[in-house]
Amino acid sequence: MLTFRCPVCGVDAEETELSPGGEAHLKRYGPGSSDEDFSGYLFQRENPRGVHFERWRHAYGCGKWFHAARCTQTLEVFGTYPAQTTEPPQEILDTITKKRPGWTWRELGAK
Amino acid sequence: MAETREYKGIALIRAEPPCGMITLRGGPDAAKGLATAGKRLGVKMPGPLGAELKDDRGLLWMSPDEVLMLCPAEDVPDHLDALRGALKGHHAMAVDTSDMRVRFSVSGAHAREVLAKLCPLDLAPDRFGPGHVRRTRLGQVAAAIWMRGDGAFEVICFRSVGQYVLDLLQVAAAPGSEVHLFSQPVG
Repeated sequence: MLTFRCPVCGVDAEETELSPGGEAHLKRYGPGSSDEDFSGYLFQRENPRGVHFERWRHAYGCGKWFHAARCTQTLEVFGTYPAQTTEPPQEILDTITKKRPGWTWRELGAK
Repeated sequence: MAETREYKGIALIRAEPPCGMITLRGGPDAAKGLATAGKRLGVKMPGPLGAELKDDRGLLWMSPDEVLMLCPAEDVPDHLDALRGALKGHHAMAVDTSDMRVRFSVSGAHAREVLAKLCPLDLAPDRFGPGHVRRTRLGQVAAAIWMRGDGAFEVICFRSVGQYVLDLLQVAAAPGSEVHLFSQPVG
């Protein structure tokens, strides 16, 4: 059972109060973009065993979207942060680095 | 669901008569206009997850940009006029949603337990009491729960699922179904 703290209303909401919204921080490619970028945006998703970034919505509560960083293997939650951002805040990245040294996710993490 | 219906099990479940409800939405720029609602009812503006109630009227915090105003049904037109005046020029709204939801009350010694069976909230007395409101999931549907000063819970849900919620509360309050989550078994 996942429990996320909704960064909007501050409630510790459990999984059944939330709706999943898929992978976080996708960059949208629309008309005029290359076929490769567009198909990447439409179809290519990360499916990691480990660190993952997702969008969730506090559907049964305040109704707002937020982001969550968690581990798909252990269900450990590294943190949640507001939806109004295009990349995870540094403190979340630092937390993950501390707990999962050498982690990578798309272009984030260890180089 | 106009008539009052009652069910007595380990808690008293009542389908409450309709009351006036006004949905207020607006961002921080409309805060002054929205505060009119509190002034008209004589209550404070609720903070996050807060309920400010006085008798049969009050304000419930629904989300960072939404407040639900409870009042006697006959007061709705006057409140709407005043609020729309106060919100003029802002990206905000005041809408009569009295018919959108139905209201139930759950009272009695095991009221807390009846609701705890149905929703994923921490309903321990020191975590949830008068002055709090939570929108949550009740069984399979969305609902909002708050506590009155007299210790009874009020539950609202969309009218379309009203019968479901009433049935659900009655099953959860069936005689002999105490699990003594918040009380000691007798004997």
